[in-house]
Amino acid sequence: MSASSATLEAPARPAVVRGRVTQARVIRSEWTKLWSLRSTRWTLLVAIIGMVGLGPLIATVQMNRWNHLDPGDRLHFNPINTGLGGYHFAQLAIGVLGVLVLSGEYSTGQIRSSFMAVPKRLPVLWAKAGTFATVTFVLMLISGLIAFLASQSILTQHHVQTSLSHAPALRAWVGAALYLAVLSVLALSLGAIVRNTAGGIALFAGLLFVVPGLAAILPTSTQNAINPYLPSVAGTGLLSGTRDAYTFSPWGGFALFCGYTVLALVIAAFLMKRRDA
Amino acid sequence: MVGSTSHADTDRMITVENVTKRYGDKLAVDDLSFNVKPGIVTGFLGPNGAGKSTTMRLILGLDAPTSGAANIDGRPYSDLEAPLHEVGAMLEARAIHTGRSAYNHLLALAQTHGIGRARVNEVIDMVGIQTVARKRVGGFSLGMGQRLGVAAALIGDPKVLILDEPANGLDPEGILWIRTLLKRLAKEGRTVFLSSHLMAEMAQTAEHLVVIGRGRLIADTSVDEFVQRASSGAAVRVVSQQATALRDALAAKQARVDSVERGVLEVHGLSGQEIGEIALAEKIVLAELTPMSLSLEQAFMRLTGETVEYHATSDDDNDDLKAAA
Repeated sequence: MSASSATLEAPARPAVVRGRVTQARVIRSEWTKLWSLRSTRWTLLVAIIGMVGLGPLIATVQMNRWNHLDPGDRLHFNPINTGLGGYHFAQLAIGVLGVLVLSGEYSTGQIRSSFMAVPKRLPVLWAKAGTFATVTFVLMLISGLIAFLASQSILTQHHVQTSLSHAPALRAWVGAALYLAVLSVLALSLGAIVRNTAGGIALFAGLLFVVPGLAAILPTSTQNAINPYLPSVAGTGLLSGTRDAYTFSPWGGFALFCGYTVLALVIAAFLMKRRDA
Repeated sequence: MVGSTSHADTDRMITVENVTKRYGDKLAVDDLSFNVKPGIVTGFLGPNGAGKSTTMRLILGLDAPTSGAANIDGRPYSDLEAPLHEVGAMLEARAIHTGRSAYNHLLALAQTHGIGRARVNEVIDMVGIQTVARKRVGGFSLGMGQRLGVAAALIGDPKVLILDEPANGLDPEGILWIRTLLKRLAKEGRTVFLSSHLMAEMAQTAEHLVVIGRGRLIADTSVDEFVQRASSGAAVRVVSQQATALRDALAAKQARVDSVERGVLEVHGLSGQEIGEIALAEKIVLAELTPMSLSLEQAFMRLTGETVEYHATSDDDNDDLKAAA
């Protein structure tokens, strides 16, 4: 106690133990925040169902139609892409939730409580990004494994299955979880920049789903020049069992995708520190 | 207290120095300076739109001042290492995610400072929201929301409390509760700073007042002084059997005298003391001599009348006021 606090009528016992704000404590707080919202649990459940269910579903359809497929399709059949196809669906759920992690705080005013508790602000951003990316990675790694194994056992019907001992398959499995984890941070950063749920989701969907569509209507030469730089193309190279011409190497593309994400996160951090809450 | 290294002269003090805040073209706070001291309840008064909430956000580091500085314990809020132990705040606008339960909201706040679940339950009991603590905040009544806001402010057992319109939405029992609570917290040596646009509430809670209008300081005084100051120039009521003679004597001293009823005068421009002396000199017997002090409400209206941001236009509004509004 400082000298002047002698005027404070000391309570019989201190009401609370006095501790400082630390990054570890902010992470615990954000962990509580993440799981205490119904929207988080539902959206993650949707991502899991998409990731686990879609691959085996596609595999089943393919096997049932196998004898009707044309020989070219059979020759180029890709058991990896089939098994992990659920990521197409999971990325939408993860992206929407990522945007919500911050836009939800801004729209409800919660962000002011968060910043009053952690006035340095940036520990909140790091903690949110860290917890959400970790949760996404772990859940998608498990979901991806289940989807992959279930799909391959279905594909044994026509002996077109592969296994995780096959290097590209292993890379695709881990890569799917990595891609979605980094994507979650990208979406979260967009939410922090736009601070508005509708705007954030529009920006996310535009970047991931609309821009590739626009690129597709460009002349082929321009398309080939632009394509590898698109976030969705660069990020998903890891997941693919095949490699298209005019794309970066799987890890090179992923590095570029990480670069985009870091850029978005840095902009989000800069704005979060500077703007009035 | 652990880590309390602040100087004695700024201990638990809120100091606002020449703070200006501009949002685009709008000047929300205009060169505002005042101090808030520990041990008493200080009321922050002003009409709606006067800049009270903005000033509080500036103190809490949520908004950055355009110029000037707002400090707590001599430091900006953003420099506090354990802000919830130093300052407990409740903002007027809800600052709580509607999808989370009250318990989880408080727990998440507590965890940033390593405060345990026992304290979370303690503040829930303290504000009386046990029965709804596990329910989603979105369904709370305004009163319940205010109680949750107070619980959040108290979670770190802070030395300074900053509350924006805490009585809003509370029922009479709730208002009595918060008034008693705030007085007790101040008596314990804490700094209690609360805003209100309701004078009557403030008169019963605060000892000291900081009054603003249109972002500018109007008064920084005790409640008693505030009323006195606003009352200066107010009338003195005089009752006498010799009212007519008194009236002539007072009129000779340049006072403005109104006859309210038979034997009752209202005198403007002279103090009670002066009127008494004149009556003595004229050998007039006075039955009653009462300075007509204004209520806090009236005093407030009088001092902030010209600074109200939004007011209904009435026929006798003068043109200057209209132009200013």
